[in-house]
Amino acid sequence: MTDSYAIELQGIDKKFGDVHANKAIDLQVRKGSIHGIVGENGAGKSTLMSIIYGFYRADAGHIRINGKEVRINGSQDAIAAGIGMVHQHFMLVENFTVLENVMLGTEGGAALDKGKVAARAELERLERDYGLEVDPDAIIEELPVGLQQRVEILKALYRGAEILILDEPTGVLTPQETEHLFKILKALRDQGTTVILITHKLREIMAVTDHVSVMRQGGMVAHVDTVDTDRNALAELMVGRKVRFTVDRIAHEAGDVRLKVENLVVEREGVRLINDLSFEVRAGEILGVAGVSGNGQSLLMKVLAGIEGFTSGKITLNGHELLPTTTTSPLVVREMGVGHVPEDRHKMGLINKFDAKEAFIMGYHKSDKYNKGWLQDKKFIRQDTQEKMTTWDVRPDDPDLKTASFSGGNQQKIVIAREVEKNPDVFLVGQPTRGVDIGAIEFIHKRVMDMRNEGKAVLLVSVELDEIMSLSDRIVVMYAGNIVGELKAEAADEKTLGLMMANIMPDDVDTTVKESAHE
Amino acid sequence: MSSQRIPGWINYAVVPLANILMAFFVSALVFVYVGVDPIDAAKVMWEGAFGYSEGWGYTLYYATGFIFTGLAVSIAFHCQLFNIGGEGQAYFAGLGVALVSLYLGDVLPFWLMMPLLIIAAGLFGAGWAFIPAYLQAKRGSHIVITTIMFNFIAASIMAYFLVEVLKPPMSMAPESAVFPVSSWIPKMHDFLGAFGYEMTATPLNLTFIFGLICAVLVWFFLWNTRWGYEIRAQGFNPSAAKYAGIDPIKITLLTMAVSGMLAGFFALNTLSGDMHQLKLNYVAGFGFTGIAVSLMGRNHPVGIVLASILFGFLYQGGAELAFEFPGIDSKIIVVLQGLIILFSGALEYMFKPSIEKLYLKATGWRADKEEAQNA
Repeated sequence: MTDSYAIELQGIDKKFGDVHANKAIDLQVRKGSIHGIVGENGAGKSTLMSIIYGFYRADAGHIRINGKEVRINGSQDAIAAGIGMVHQHFMLVENFTVLENVMLGTEGGAALDKGKVAARAELERLERDYGLEVDPDAIIEELPVGLQQRVEILKALYRGAEILILDEPTGVLTPQETEHLFKILKALRDQGTTVILITHKLREIMAVTDHVSVMRQGGMVAHVDTVDTDRNALAELMVGRKVRFTVDRIAHEAGDVRLKVENLVVEREGVRLINDLSFEVRAGEILGVAGVSGNGQSLLMKVLAGIEGFTSGKITLNGHELLPTTTTSPLVVREMGVGHVPEDRHKMGLINKFDAKEAFIMGYHKSDKYNKGWLQDKKFIRQDTQEKMTTWDVRPDDPDLKTASFSGGNQQKIVIAREVEKNPDVFLVGQPTRGVDIGAIEFIHKRVMDMRNEGKAVLLVSVELDEIMSLSDRIVVMYAGNIVGELKAEAADEKTLGLMMANIMPDDVDTTVKESAHE
Repeated sequence: MSSQRIPGWINYAVVPLANILMAFFVSALVFVYVGVDPIDAAKVMWEGAFGYSEGWGYTLYYATGFIFTGLAVSIAFHCQLFNIGGEGQAYFAGLGVALVSLYLGDVLPFWLMMPLLIIAAGLFGAGWAFIPAYLQAKRGSHIVITTIMFNFIAASIMAYFLVEVLKPPMSMAPESAVFPVSSWIPKMHDFLGAFGYEMTATPLNLTFIFGLICAVLVWFFLWNTRWGYEIRAQGFNPSAAKYAGIDPIKITLLTMAVSGMLAGFFALNTLSGDMHQLKLNYVAGFGFTGIAVSLMGRNHPVGIVLASILFGFLYQGGAELAFEFPGIDSKIIVVLQGLIILFSGALEYMFKPSIEKLYLKATGWRADKEEAQNA
């Protein structure tokens, strides 16, 4: 009986100080199946996988691989046991070729020739068997992310992995690339490889897995066959209560134009990164900007927020005209009534080592409100932070806690609270729910929609199509610094947007919006 | 996760203490190797530095210098700038102090000279740091390289001034004339004597008090003003700082100017407080040791004051050591310093994990016990 399981976990327990990351986890993964593991951030998925892959050691419990009890003390043990892992952030040497990356660590001697020949032959076999096509002599950094990920899978298979763990593999992929990945995973399964898929996207669980295990607050709460469940049921299991995926949109006509971009061009070192972009956002509407990350959306946000300059064109922010020659700065832009939730809260929105008090005044730290003469008004800052933490339900509501100690959702709440509380007329929001749990997503979406309903002009940049589709009034898709097209939210579906994200304008798209806006 | 449960005093007191003890232990082995009983040596150093009031005076006199150069390094460090130029900034500030003392000392009274000296030292130090800061901010020339080069340039300029401009006509030594008395910062023993406290004559002067005030002001500046906020934001995360509208150029210039000013104050202690004349190479490595002081004091003013006293003790104790044991050179103290820097700087994290684990074990044990008692 046990022979049919590739991995069996029994009573896996792990504590980090006070935090009980894994509580007596039992898990059985059938050989030759695709097994999904879902759970919110901090539910303990990553810890569990790190235990299987040997990054951490469990405090208690047993691991059986193919029915045999094993002790995994490091990733070498895991690889020896036939486990391969594809990390969320690729671990590739960017300026090496595919072949060199695949054989890295298993060169088989000081001279590379012999290993290269063997690796090339093995790559060809893998390609034949699983449809994992990739040019072995291509340089990694020249490959699109979808192919880079394929190289990661090849690396694991090359090392003899029979059990493949993928940690949030679709975060960086277009819908089409995701589909292709799933095809590969199914091919792997059909050839006898066991696949464990860790994700928070329920749609993907439903699309590709055979079985699914749900984790919540460090414990396993359910094991089900995928055919017997649906998205809502899984979400409820993950969060422990009913979750609403839709947000209330008050039907109203959009008001005046608050943000207008005309023929915006941004060049860096002779390369046109943003190419002749024009659009406008009116009061009381959300304009969604979709696109695979890296197609100019991030730069666009930075330019609009005054962080980076632009080459030509004109931006009108809340009545203030900006030209390339205008001296501007994020401070000046904020004073024009612009709030900005940056795409990457760790890189930009927050400073990990600052405490919540300091995080809440970032960007507004020069305001008279927070200063008394030469000194900061610490007492007021603390009181102000405390109030905002309570209204925004930031947990724990401790103004002295370091930003890094909050969960992703609460960190994001801090950023959004800081910007929303300043009551901006133009609200720039980038990836508001990246790495945020379902409960917080619900909350954040509601607040963004509230801003729209209150008559603010909202520009939303996101790579999550669900988010774009459920929040936006209108949607534009960006590709290589251009706007591919514009859609009304009602006309948008995943397939159409997916094609547009790959710079293909489908024939049957309702382009009435586009024409009326530009002609 | 678990790091949240480690209280600050482990990080700020126990770990550095363990590092110092380890450094002393290895130093003891060195002493054994050169044939000196380490216990005797330690006794001599302790007696020499703290055992009598003259020792105390010298220890704190040296410590004062380290406070300034240490604070200078630390403030730049909070902005992720590595100011190696404290030596040159302190040296160049000596020129400011000398010029003000020599040209105005005969004219102006003491109470007017004091603020002027502080301004001159600060301004010359800040000015000397400002050039590399400008090159870094506007041109991207790395501040480590430029500040090192500016140490050499300062040395050359000072040599020129001492030989060609400031040297009195009949003198053979590259030294300035002795400053007029009105520009002398009062010695601590004179000051305390006025209040009836007896103390042996030492170079320790009122600059020590000024150093402590500077430490407090640096703390206020970094953690209680918007400028300090901007400096730390820039240091922790430059792109977040940019997002927050902090101008990296302005903040680099400001930070380095303050850093150079603090290094410049070193001139007050040594020149106005003790030597009363500008001498060749008068900084004598205190600027460089400031890096170690800052490192050891975790870039925090309180830590820097404590580390300064430790290094003052090493300087003074080391001098006594060379005096008591004719066989060993006072340079042995450089070995000791080197070991302290090695253990508290380079090997900072060697003991940290095990100490934290030990603490968690100890408190975990306590929590279990409490639970058992409650049950």
